[in-house]
Amino acid sequence: MAVVFEKPKALSDVPFHYCPGCTHGIVHRLVAEVIDELGVEGNTVGVASVGCSVFAYNYFNCDMVQAAHGRAPAVATGLKRALPDNVIFTYQGDGDLAAIGMAETVHAATRGENITVIFINNAIYGMTGGQMAPTSLPGQVTQTSPYGRDVKTAGYPIRVCELLSTLSGTALAQRVTVDNVAHVREAKKAIKKGFENQINKRGYSIIEVVSTCPTNWGLSPAEAVNWLRDNMLPYYPLGVYKDVTAEGGQQ
Amino acid sequence: MAEKVLMKGNEALAEAAIQCGCRHYFGYPITPQTEVAAYMSKRLPKEGGVFLQAESEIAAVNMVLGATSAGVRAMTSSSSPGISLKSEGVSYIGGSDLPALIINVQRGGPGLGGIQPSQSDYWQATKALGHGDFQLFVLAPSTIQEMVDFVSLAYEVGEKYRVPAMILSDGMLGQMMEPVEFPQKKDEPAAEKPWATNGHKGQRKKNIINSLYIQPEELENLIKERYERYEKIKAEEQRAEEFMMDDADVVVVAFGASSRVSRSAVMQARAEGIKAGLIRPITLWPFPDKTIEKHVDHTKQFLCVEMNMGQMVDDVRLVVSGRKPVSFFGRTGGVIPTPAEVLDEIRKLAGKEN
Repeated sequence: MAVVFEKPKALSDVPFHYCPGCTHGIVHRLVAEVIDELGVEGNTVGVASVGCSVFAYNYFNCDMVQAAHGRAPAVATGLKRALPDNVIFTYQGDGDLAAIGMAETVHAATRGENITVIFINNAIYGMTGGQMAPTSLPGQVTQTSPYGRDVKTAGYPIRVCELLSTLSGTALAQRVTVDNVAHVREAKKAIKKGFENQINKRGYSIIEVVSTCPTNWGLSPAEAVNWLRDNMLPYYPLGVYKDVTAEGGQQ
Repeated sequence: MAEKVLMKGNEALAEAAIQCGCRHYFGYPITPQTEVAAYMSKRLPKEGGVFLQAESEIAAVNMVLGATSAGVRAMTSSSSPGISLKSEGVSYIGGSDLPALIINVQRGGPGLGGIQPSQSDYWQATKALGHGDFQLFVLAPSTIQEMVDFVSLAYEVGEKYRVPAMILSDGMLGQMMEPVEFPQKKDEPAAEKPWATNGHKGQRKKNIINSLYIQPEELENLIKERYERYEKIKAEEQRAEEFMMDDADVVVVAFGASSRVSRSAVMQARAEGIKAGLIRPITLWPFPDKTIEKHVDHTKQFLCVEMNMGQMVDDVRLVVSGRKPVSFFGRTGGVIPTPAEVLDEIRKLAGKEN
């Protein structure tokens, strides 16, 4: 009988620790599928960050380095400069990438560091139990914004793709989500483009995946997907914010 | 015989690293070590290497972590306030069992402190450069020639035991010039690095560089294994110089820049008929306790001379353990003690006050 669906080879045969309804699992799978399709597993080094995806080093079959909180782009830079012909990717959450690691992120992008960044934006710190993230929405209730994020004191959420799209070193800045089949396919295409950009030495590629965190949002998996559609997508519009391969260099 | 060249300490460190096969330097400007970065930025591109001025000390040390994970000889350098920033990355390097070379050209602290030479990062380098149970192999050069020689030693020992290594220099050694000789050019030793994350090529199991262990027993076992390596380093890698120690009554213990001042004072004391001697720790971790121990019985007292408020003196007292008096003399804040000041202390201890 023909096999119509199987686990990507680049994904380890261990159960994920992720909660039901969390989209990390889908995104891990997409990254692994892309690694398989490009045939680069033996040439790839992934960098896990600090947050819910901290154990990513157990889930991918390529070589992996676990970085300090926020420092994945710096670690990836060191790896890439030592191994210019290898494929180096980071997998980071919103607290890691857009709060503690914002300097590393912006500078890796502006240097045109030839790496691929998978950015999970679920508007909350998951691993530590649901605190306000740099991408938490105005009014969003979290453990550290119990009355809702008050923009007068906590400021506004950061739109990372828009910000990084202003930098000359950025090759691709694209925001996707994985709330339905069509979006999952689009997300995979974006991730593949991010890896291809690196293979073709085009510079820094970031794929932001608007994601769910049912556990810390206090919602069921189904409710979480609806909350993402109703609240996150209006603030974080999907789309390509910069693509050097597109007509005219930018879309 | 290689030719002697006149070089500034900071530049000698950089050149020595290049000659040891270091092709990946990541740094950030800070006085008084900036010449290391400037020299690297001039030389490395011509050697096919990578010079990268990072956005911060924190980023620089994490770039070193990435590069050394890939298996290459990498390096960063800074001065005291910058080393504090690097401490996060150094802890991860130690916790991931990676070799790396970190250079501290010390200046006065705490805080922004000053920009003049100091030795006030002794505790930081030898006790706690970052959180957690771990150590660095720490070398304290006292001449520009030693700056050159210790770079290769730091790489070799660091790679042999998979520990980060530090050269603890200071603003005086970094800025001064002396003639140095570089060893006959040798290539990077083909140290086997089967742990490197450089792509498994489908030919081995995947490698993971990691410092996270959620199960306490697993983490404890890992740390215990690391401490077994530390014990080997303590047994095999201690280094110290002994100067006029055969019949010494008053033993000055000093490292780096303050050992140069102390050596002059010891010679002057000898000229006055005082039996003074000098023990100069070369490895600060492991502390050369075997050398100190050898001399506890036949000497009368110890005097630690440091450019701080008294840090290494703790380690000397631990070895001496109350068997002989151990006193301290230091200047701090960037002030370098004079030989006359140290001589005065020696005289006092020898009971020959003027």
